[in-house]
Amino acid sequence: MIERSEAARPEARREQQDLYSAAAVDHFTSPRNVGGVEEPDGKGSDTNPACGDRTTITVRLRDGRVTEARFRTFGCVAAIASASVLTELAAGRTAAEARALGPGDVISALGGLPERKEGCALMAVGALRAALVDAQVRARA
Amino acid sequence: MERRVYLDHAATTPVDPEVAEAMARVLREVPGNPSSIYAEGRRARALVDTAREEVAAAMGADPSEIVFTSGGTEADNLAIRGVLKAHRPDPDASGPHLVISSIEHHAVLDTAEDLERHAHVRVAVVGVDGTGRVDPRDVADAIGEATRLISIMHGNNEIGTIQPIDEIGRVARERGVTFHTDAVQTVGILPFDVRTLPVDLVSVNAHKFYGPKGVGALYVRKGTRIATMQTGGGQEKGRRTGTENVAGIVGLGSAMRIATERRDGEAEKQRRLRDRILEGVRARVPAAVLTGHPTERLPNNASFCFPGTQGEALIVALDLEGFSVSSGSACTSGKTEPSHVLLAIGLEREVAQGSLRVTVGRDTTESDVDAFLAALPPIVERIRSVSAEPLSASAR
Repeated sequence: MIERSEAARPEARREQQDLYSAAAVDHFTSPRNVGGVEEPDGKGSDTNPACGDRTTITVRLRDGRVTEARFRTFGCVAAIASASVLTELAAGRTAAEARALGPGDVISALGGLPERKEGCALMAVGALRAALVDAQVRARA
Repeated sequence: MERRVYLDHAATTPVDPEVAEAMARVLREVPGNPSSIYAEGRRARALVDTAREEVAAAMGADPSEIVFTSGGTEADNLAIRGVLKAHRPDPDASGPHLVISSIEHHAVLDTAEDLERHAHVRVAVVGVDGTGRVDPRDVADAIGEATRLISIMHGNNEIGTIQPIDEIGRVARERGVTFHTDAVQTVGILPFDVRTLPVDLVSVNAHKFYGPKGVGALYVRKGTRIATMQTGGGQEKGRRTGTENVAGIVGLGSAMRIATERRDGEAEKQRRLRDRILEGVRARVPAAVLTGHPTERLPNNASFCFPGTQGEALIVALDLEGFSVSSGSACTSGKTEPSHVLLAIGLEREVAQGSLRVTVGRDTTESDVDAFLAALPPIVERIRSVSAEPLSASAR
């Protein structure tokens, strides 16, 4: 028993040493779908009032499906990685499915986020939902 | 092992090998309590006394004026709480009891706030100009009948600006007010002599000049009224009671001696490296904003804001490429309040978010600096491209 807990400890320490998961680092250093969709069907923004970070997402829809989502983020590593991974998660889904994506989906797609960074995932989700609502409103108009 | 370039010497410095050796020897060979009167105790006492002389000599002080503490934060707390406790405020006197500046370290700022909230201490906060300098006339204007203490730092840890503490000290003297300065960024790095500087209390921190963490000192000029914060066995003449951290104190003493010996040469060398960073960043990174005073700044400090970037993103990106730097707005707690210092010098919130501090040290080389200058521009560029519309697109 003692041996097992001794052996487990260095492992736990190694995890703690890395502030961000490999997936989050990858999305931060090579963000996917940066920019804006040309002539988007919907555009939405969200800010994190706790820190002033901001994300804007634009989407293109075809037959009720998200065919393209692009983002711009002014913010920290978690904010950038969250928006980047969410644009990937949204692509190919129906608008309803994409709107159902939550911060938990973003966090698990990134292999976790540091403690107290949940707000960054929430901001990405907020921007995507706003873009999808915008698309719905424009479609009705 | 990847090559790392450490450029965060304002946060902490690596322990000098000679200092580490001296401390290890104490831990191995000196078991005594300095308060014991038998041989082991006397030996420990002698080491503490020597360290006290070393620290005093480096500042032009008398050894009796040095109080060892657990670091800069405790020294600041002892100075502020101790002086205000010793001077029981006259309830009828007007004006603030304590005068500080808006760019103090949290050890001073939060102590003042705590006293304001819980001990009815009135605090006046003097602002700074765009370079982070306090105007001594503003300090003079802030002083009132009730004012017992002025606490204004010497060198700012974030933006490197050096305050005119000689002039502020003269104001304090004229008005009969005790003057404390947090000098943890300057003692051991720049000349600091209490025989010529009109200061009464000075906070010092070993790990800022290649000593160990967890030990510092407060210089208390003879005749300064100060009460203790903690009670107990009466060590340090009752001003900071508790069994002495003998190895740490020996480390502080030797680090201070070595730092003083190397001080002028190091300051000169580091200033050159610092200027290389300042010029290199200006030349290679568009729209970089220098923070702090252009000339009246710590010799090792280069600090900037890069609009369109965010501090944590900069730090992580540079960390991935092997550089250790810091920011006044690192969003590690999920709440990026840009630092109070950056806001106090009048920066827009969004600009202040993209702050970066680079501080060189003894082991920094020209090639370290050049490697940093090569790594930084593409990182700033990349983060900016994620955050904002490219100019060509917005012009369309």
